[in-house]
Amino acid sequence: MSDSKPIIELRHVDKSFGPFQALTDINFSVRPGERVVVCGPSGSGKSTMIRCINQLETHDAGSITVDGIELGDDTSDIRAVRQEVGMVFQQFNLFPHLTVLENLTIGPIRVRKMGKAAAEALARNYLERVHIPEQADKYPSQLSGGQQQRVAIARSLCMEPRIMLFDEPTSALDPEMIGEVLEVMVELANTGMTMVCVTHEMGFARRVADTMVFMEGGRIVEVAPPEEFFTNPKSNRARMFLDQILEH
Amino acid sequence: MAGVALRKRVMRGLSSRPASIAIYLFVMWGLIELALTGAEAMGYNWQWYRIPKYFLTSDADGITLGEIPWGLAGTITLSTLAFGLALAIGLLVALLRLSDLIVGRAVARGFLEIVRNMPLLVLLYVFYYVFGPIFGLDRYAASVLCLAVFHGALISEIFRGGINAVARGQWEAAKSIGMTTAQIYRYIILPQSIKFMLPPMTGEVVNMIKSSAIVSVIAVVELTTVGRNIISDTYLSFEIWFTIAAVYMAVTLVISSLASYLERRYTVRE
Ligand SMILES: Nc1ncnc2c1ncn2[C@@H]1O[C@H](COP(=O)(O)OP(=O)(O)O)[C@@H](O)[C@H]1O
Ligand SMILES: [Mg+2]
Repeated sequence: MSDSKPIIELRHVDKSFGPFQALTDINFSVRPGERVVVCGPSGSGKSTMIRCINQLETHDAGSITVDGIELGDDTSDIRAVRQEVGMVFQQFNLFPHLTVLENLTIGPIRVRKMGKAAAEALARNYLERVHIPEQADKYPSQLSGGQQQRVAIARSLCMEPRIMLFDEPTSALDPEMIGEVLEVMVELANTGMTMVCVTHEMGFARRVADTMVFMEGGRIVEVAPPEEFFTNPKSNRARMFLDQILEH
Repeated sequence: MAGVALRKRVMRGLSSRPASIAIYLFVMWGLIELALTGAEAMGYNWQWYRIPKYFLTSDADGITLGEIPWGLAGTITLSTLAFGLALAIGLLVALLRLSDLIVGRAVARGFLEIVRNMPLLVLLYVFYYVFGPIFGLDRYAASVLCLAVFHGALISEIFRGGINAVARGQWEAAKSIGMTTAQIYRYIILPQSIKFMLPPMTGEVVNMIKSSAIVSVIAVVELTTVGRNIISDTYLSFEIWFTIAAVYMAVTLVISSLASYLERRYTVRE
């Protein structure tokens, strides 16, 4: 695995919001099949970094290459990359005017130009994978938070992406629903999916991560395998962060 | 404290349905009473019996529609055409304003400023007396275009508001599955913004019907023009204007109740 070419590569990436520099000199790469967990204090630029990977935020400087495509101003390149990169958001962002099934099929039908029947078969298959096949005809507002997030994961998977990005997927959930979402994510990790997860669920990180990334103040401060990161973090900042997180 | 509570109770009582109907009837009665006493004071000779024939006449050949229904049909046709076009203009201007195109945004803003700061009557004259001869517009085309442009500007603000009211996360989710901007608008954003746009859009339909009366100044046949024509033949100005006003009110009330039905249907979902 270690000798294969990176599927995601960020080099010297900078990003500012007006006068505020949110990312500074980010260098970071992900190999196919690698599971990366990104953590760090709030406001450290974790969301901004992973949103740059599918260009929900555009970077100001440096280069980002995803699956062999360097991301620039070309919108069709960006759309091509987005079809290969699924994203799951903290707030689910399901389409409230569509049923669960329609949420799942709209991408395959409109973007992949798949037939309706094939798209529905695909969608039902993924609903099965996230353990809610019986909810297909409901509207998102009729589901619990945990179910909504699993629908959101299935919606991304229906595009059959090569990479999945997760931005704090369990932070908006009631505690009793976190487990069911993490379980689906662990199962996904076991299929060999390339994953970049921003999360503070350290139990999950220990179980699935190949690599831990710790960010602070818009920089990547530490990159380490989880056993090393959790037992013997190199930076003081990471140690303090872990102490705080693991107390709770 | 008690005073505030009392005032709240009174306000709530006044805004209840039976109370508002009662207030409405009372105010209307007052206005009509005022008009009648005024008319009496100036010795006006009421001739209501001459009005029905402008709605319907029946003779050996059967029932014939009078001028007022034809005028109403003219108003509705004109308003419908103009509103359809205004929707297209409004959507286009709103999309331009929300786009990344600097030129597009500037054009949209310029259009809005010009149209919003011009009286409708002047706009009509511009379309009829200036654009008419240049582009070969007849009075009807000039009227439709003028109304469409005027209301298109207002409708673009309704579209913009509705589009902006949809949560940002919807854009991000749709982008993240690779949809194009056009697809995102069509399948994700616009369907969700309908519920925000419906109430102000209904208001705009009503405004369109009312402002369509202005084309009577260039003698396009619609309800108000018909009213003017009848009066110039008969001098029945009080009866005819009361009647024409009542017809406009009936139409706009029907539209409002239709719209509140639609609104209820849209909010039941989700
Ligand atoms: N759209 C934006 N406009 C302005 N500032 C932003 C925007 N998005 C993020 N930021 C700022 O950038 C910093 C990093 O944000 P973010 O990437 O969301 O951090 P994290 O996900 O680690 O909590 C924060 O200080 C935040 O306020
Ligand atoms: Mg974040």
